[in-house]
Formats: sequence, structure tokens, C-alpha cells
Amino acid sequence: MNDETTPPPATHDLGGSMRFRCTPVDPEDDAPPDAFGKRVDALRQLLSQKGLMSVDELRRGIEAIPEAEYHRLGYYERWLRSISGLMVEKGVVAGTELKP
Amino acid sequence: MRFAAGTPVRIRRDFPELRGPCHIRTPHYLRGLDGTVERPLGAYPNPEDLAFARPAARVPLYHVRFEQPKLFGEGARGDTLLVEVFEHWLEEAEPSDGRRAAGPQA
Repeated sequence: MNDETTPPPATHDLGGSMRFRCTPVDPEDDAPPDAFGKRVDALRQLLSQKGLMSVDELRRGIEAIPEAEYHRLGYYERWLRSISGLMVEKGVVAGTELKP
Repeated sequence: MRFAAGTPVRIRRDFPELRGPCHIRTPHYLRGLDGTVERPLGAYPNPEDLAFARPAARVPLYHVRFEQPKLFGEGARGDTLLVEVFEHWLEEAEPSDGRRAAGPQA
């Protein structure tokens, strides 16, 4: 519970938020990851094996996504956004190489 | 390891996310709240440093139990929440009713 002197939580820090209160799980719903998610996770695992990133860095990158974009992106789209940002940050790829 | 099982602890009322880029594993909803150490879980490299690819010292991690009704304003008496919290987020606390500590801390 927040009070007037407590700053708001970061965008990703959703625990206990009324806005994201849990809803019943639909057992018919396809569980993630889909084919796209599996490719993103494969990319993450390969980059980790090569020592280019860690899951902690992945999470930091996800948490740095601006709020509007954070809520617009899907789960694995956030991962890809973070992975891309980390690879640019580390100079593994140039930002211009990632533009469509 | 600073805290034994059963020790009353308070989660530091600190908000590093206001000071710039960071990665922290202590949920916002716990800051300033009192709980009880359930058990030590061993020591692990500090994810706050790993997240920036910095050298990371191993920090003791604990299971800390909280009374759920006071956290979220719902649940029955006796409902609890168990959260993993790193030692540098814990302070010694008096056995208490779990209310938020007054005032920010360094």
C-alpha cells in the first residue's frame, strides 16, 4: 500500500498494483512462448553462452524501456528490445545495423 | 550471514530507481515494511551489479515472510507472503505489526 510520501513504482515493478490485479487464467489460451518468443530466447541463450550478456543485463534493459513503449510491446518483444539495446551499448553491433 | 531464522527485519525504505538507471530485486511494495527472516538461502553475486556487467560481490539472500493483509489490504489473518530479499536491503527491526517505517532513509 502506498502513502503520500512514497514515490510511484518503476514501470516494470507491478507487484501489488491494483491496475494489474490478477485475472483468472484461461486454460484454452496458448501459453507463451510462441515461435517468435522461442527465437528470441534462442538468441538470448547464444549471446549468454558467448559471454556477451547475462539475464541480469536482460532484465535491466527491459526495465529501462520507456513506459508507453513498455506497455505496447509484448513479452518477448521487450526481450528483443533489451537484447538489441545491450548489443548496441556493448558495441557488438552498430545501431544503424538494426534499423529496418 | 547477518540474520538468523526468526529475526524481525525491516526492508530499507529506499528508492534507488529515483536516482538513475538501476536494477533492483526488492519489490517496491515491500520498502519500509517489517517481516521475519524465514531462512537464509546462501550467498549469490549481487544482481544490482551483474545487471551492469560490473564485478559482483556475493551477498547473502534470505526468505523473508510478511503478513499479506497489511501488504495489499486484502487476505485473511494468517495469510503470508514469502519473498527473497538480499541482505543489503534488510535492517534489524523490533518485533512489530508490520507498519511502514516513518521517513526516508539513506
